[in-house]
Amino acid sequence: MSRNPLIREVPPTSWYFRHPRYLRYMSREITSIFIGAYCVLLVVGLQRLSAGPAAWEGFLAALKSPASVVFQFLCLVAAVYHAATWFNATQKAMPIQIGEDFVPGNLISGAHYAAWAVLSVVVLFVAGVF
Amino acid sequence: MAKSHKPVVWFPFAAGGTVIAFCIPVIVVLTFMAALGHVPAGLGYEKLHAFAGNGLGKLILFGVVALSLWSSAHRLRCTCFDFGLRADTLVATLLYAAAIAGSIASAVFLLRI
Amino acid sequence: MKERLVQLEVLRYNPDTDTEAHFQRYEVMCQEEWVVLDALNKIKADIDPTLNYRWSCHMAVCGSCGMMINGEPKLSCHAFLRAYEGVIRVEPLAHFPVERDLVTAPDDFMEKLKRVKPYIIPKEKKPISEGEYKQTPAQLMKFRQYSMCINCMLCYAACPEYGLTPDFIGPAALTLAHRYNQDSRDGGRKERQEVVATHEGVWECTFVGACSEVCPAHVDPASALQQMKITSSIDWIVEHLIPGGKS
Repeated sequence: MSRNPLIREVPPTSWYFRHPRYLRYMSREITSIFIGAYCVLLVVGLQRLSAGPAAWEGFLAALKSPASVVFQFLCLVAAVYHAATWFNATQKAMPIQIGEDFVPGNLISGAHYAAWAVLSVVVLFVAGVF
Repeated sequence: MAKSHKPVVWFPFAAGGTVIAFCIPVIVVLTFMAALGHVPAGLGYEKLHAFAGNGLGKLILFGVVALSLWSSAHRLRCTCFDFGLRADTLVATLLYAAAIAGSIASAVFLLRI
Repeated sequence: MKERLVQLEVLRYNPDTDTEAHFQRYEVMCQEEWVVLDALNKIKADIDPTLNYRWSCHMAVCGSCGMMINGEPKLSCHAFLRAYEGVIRVEPLAHFPVERDLVTAPDDFMEKLKRVKPYIIPKEKKPISEGEYKQTPAQLMKFRQYSMCINCMLCYAACPEYGLTPDFIGPAALTLAHRYNQDSRDGGRKERQEVVATHEGVWECTFVGACSEVCPAHVDPASALQQMKITSSIDWIVEHLIPGGKS
C-alpha cells in the first residue's frame, strides 16, 4: 500500500483567526508597536530636553494635541497589558523549588505585581504627582 | 546543526521586557497627565534637567530607553513573521539597526545635558 | 440511561482516490455520558465501517486518539459529549499530514523525539554490583511533571510556530529533553544542547503558551522551553564572553 498523505498548509497571514488564544497572543505581541513608538517619543523628548527650556516647553505643548492624547492612552493600555502578561509569565520562566515543593506560581507573579506597584508609587511620588 | 547565536538578541529582549513591564506604564502615566494638561512637577524643565544632568539619572534614562527600544524591536521582528512577512533577515536588520540608532541618539542627547 | 442524538461532522480523506479532504455528516444515538471516541466507535460499528481513526486505551493514557474537536486539540477519549452542543466537528490533528480520515502521520515528531535523546545518559557508568542510582524526593520532583508526557502530539497541533515553521523541534520533544536535563542521574545535557540550542530548537518558540493549555497530562511545555532559553543564553555567555569558558 503506498502512502499519499494530505499536507494542509497553515495560512501564513491569517492563522491567528483560527483560535481565540492565538488572538490573545497576537494582541500581546502587538503591544510592541506602541511601546516601540513610545520609545521613539522618549528619544525625541530627550533631544528636546537637551535643546533648552523653550524646546522642552514646546515638546510639552505638542503632547496636548488630540492625536497625542489618543496615542498616550493607547500606549498606556499597551504598557499595562505588556506588564500583566510579562509578570504572569515569570512563574513559568523562573519556577522556584524549595525542598520537594515548588513555590506556588501565583506567589512569584504576585511578588512581581507588588514590586511593580511599589516602584510606580515611588516614581509618581518623586515626580511630584502626590 | 550549529548552536544558535540568538541569545545575543534574546537576552537584551528579556531584560528590556522586564524594564518595560516595571517602568514604562508609570512613565506613560506621567506623559499622559502632561498631555491632559496636568504637567507633573517632575516633568518641569528645571527638575527633569537636573535629574538628567546627574550621572545616575543619565544611566537610568539611558537604560530604560535603550532596553525598551531593543525589546520592542525584537518582539516586532517576531510579530512581522507571525503576520506572514517572511523577509526575516531584512526585517531584523532594519529593526535592530533602528533600536541601536535610537540608543546612540539618546546617549548623545543625555551627554549634552 | 439517557440517550442523545449526536451529529458529527468528520473530515474524510482517502489517499487512494481523493486529492482533497471533505466533511461527512453522521447522526448517531449516543449515551449521555459518552465521549467523542465512543461516538466514532458507534459510527464505525453501525453506520460506516470505512471510517479510520487511531485509538487504544480509552483512558487518556496511551495518547493515540488525539484529534481536533471543534478546532481544539483533544484526546477524543477525554472529550465528553455533554460538553458540546450542536454539530461536533472532528478533524485530524492540525499541522500533521493526513494519512487517511482522522489518522495523521507522526513521523516528523518521532524523528525529532529521537534527536533530543530522551533517555538517561548516565554521568558515569557503574557496574550493577555497585547498586542503583539513588535519587531524593526533591530531585524527583524537579522533573516529575515533565515525565508525564504521553506523546499525544496535541501540543504540536496547538503550536502555531510549529505549523508555520515545521523544522521547529517543538514542545513535547524539547520538554522531554528538559526532563532528562533536570534529572540528577543524567549527564547528557551537553549532547542535547546540540539540538536544543539551535535555531530549530528553543529559539523558534515565541511563548504562545498554547502547548501548556491543551496538554491532557498537565505537563507545562511552555515553562520548560522558557527555562531552556534562559539556560541556553547563560551557556552562550559562558562560551563566548568568559575566557576559557569554551570547553
